[in-house]
Amino acid sequence: MALERSDVEKIAHLARLGLDDAELPRTTETLNDILGLIDRMQAVDTHGIEPLAHPLEATQRLRPDEVTESNRRDAYQAIAPAVENGLYLVPKVIE
Amino acid sequence: MHRLTLAQIARGLAAKDFSAVELSEALLARIGQFDPQLNSFITVTADHARAQAQAADARRAAGENGALLGAPIAHKDLFCTQGVRTSCASKILDNFVSPYDATVVEKLAAAGCVSLGKLNMDEFAMGSANESSHYGPVRNPWNLECVPGGSSGGSAAAVAARLIPAATGSDTGGSIRQPAALTNLTGIKPTYGRVSRWGMIAYASSLDQGGPLARTAEDCALLLGAMAGFDPKDSTCVDQPVDDYLAALNRPLAGLRIGLPREYFGAGLDPRLSDAVMACVEVLKKLGATVKEIGLPNMQHAIPAYYVIAPAEASSNLSRFDGVRFGYRCENPVNLEDLYKRSRGEGFGAEVKRRIMVGTYALSAGYYDAYYLKAQKIRRLIRSDFIGAFQEVDVILGPTTPNPAWKLGEKSSDPIAAYLEDIYTITANLAGIPGLSMPAGFVDGLPVGVQLLAPYFQEGRLLNVAHQYQQATDWHQRAPEGF
Repeated sequence: MALERSDVEKIAHLARLGLDDAELPRTTETLNDILGLIDRMQAVDTHGIEPLAHPLEATQRLRPDEVTESNRRDAYQAIAPAVENGLYLVPKVIE
Repeated sequence: MHRLTLAQIARGLAAKDFSAVELSEALLARIGQFDPQLNSFITVTADHARAQAQAADARRAAGENGALLGAPIAHKDLFCTQGVRTSCASKILDNFVSPYDATVVEKLAAAGCVSLGKLNMDEFAMGSANESSHYGPVRNPWNLECVPGGSSGGSAAAVAARLIPAATGSDTGGSIRQPAALTNLTGIKPTYGRVSRWGMIAYASSLDQGGPLARTAEDCALLLGAMAGFDPKDSTCVDQPVDDYLAALNRPLAGLRIGLPREYFGAGLDPRLSDAVMACVEVLKKLGATVKEIGLPNMQHAIPAYYVIAPAEASSNLSRFDGVRFGYRCENPVNLEDLYKRSRGEGFGAEVKRRIMVGTYALSAGYYDAYYLKAQKIRRLIRSDFIGAFQEVDVILGPTTPNPAWKLGEKSSDPIAAYLEDIYTITANLAGIPGLSMPAGFVDGLPVGVQLLAPYFQEGRLLNVAHQYQQATDWHQRAPEGF
């Protein structure tokens, strides 16, 4: 199943990626090439095979519920595009 | 001084033949002289390096004598360095000055390493040619018209050109081993979880692993010994003692069982590289190894599975770059969605956007089972192939790449052609096993790499085999003309 231009627009929206209209035909073509490569997987018989998420089959470690991080808000906000009174600024969301 | 390996530098510093300050000054001068041709550095941190070198000399004067005390290195620009720009070779992080150090950076600094700067790479480590960097392509010192490989291309070019003796890199599908092969270096991707990923900007979290690139296996052993180890800050880091890699180097190879996977020598492999690999096998046989053919039947499915898993994880990891808390923000966003879309659309390069979109599609409603889950099942088949093979052999040997370095631009318009170059390296990431590439000859003046793979946590065995081979051959000592 090949992707149409409208599918690519939808994927770009889901990924919050702004694409120029001029990029769309080439992007659609390349994504279809890549999906063609990926679709070779479907020929593999994986019946009864469990998915492998971690190569060593490790599970998430637990740790004591203790505060280990210090407050570094000023250091983190010093590199932000826009902050005010300790808050990150973005365009108005609610009218 | 620039020709010295880390091991030789350690002896020279201990014997007071030169100081860490003299050594780093000499290399900073070389970077200034030669890097304009190569573009291997994104940021040179001269002042920072001088301070670290002075501190190393002071520690030595106070009686310390660690093997890496005063050793000059540089970091791939995806390792976060406090107070120094960490760009991941992306416009979206061009203004990002990290507020903290990666664990690898911290550990190497504690061992006394002097970091001369941050190395160029493919944007977000996505690529095999180092052509996707926001800061321009890196050139291969063996032929300036050729790519150095990727994604750790800056690391490879800088070490190959003798600007630094060793560098850090990261390997998600071959990004340490492939550039090492293309530039005549030794590079090792450790077992998944052996080296902390804390502060190493994530590409595909279930595959990413940091490791060293250097000119000898001995130097890789020195660096890896300092980089490896448990880190509670990385939830996938493995709590297991680190082997003594230096001690492992000198074990004789008598009785070593080498497996040659028939799938590695099929169509697609340049026959001249095949000859070089077989010549390497002959040397190892003379050193006492035995050789048998093995099968890794699921290798052919690795590329499709990889190009689902890696982009899927990347699409999730890279969602944090949104123009709100750090990094690039577009001009005059009209609303929040516009801010996200234009910051990301303008901040990411073409290959990164492609992989985010492939990953987003593969994870989107209705496709998860057909893509991500299917790929994870194939991943288990690939791992089972290796577990079976390692019942019969100690290490697996083959070419690192199907071709030597190619010309800049030759594959940049065809992503699929570039993806296929990863065929021999990505299986180790999918299975999580360690892999090493070492120099094994030349074709048309371009280096050829041989890859060794071993069972989980047998980095010491890989370094041992490479070191013994390097005692019997001199390929790794060849330097590119003009450097």
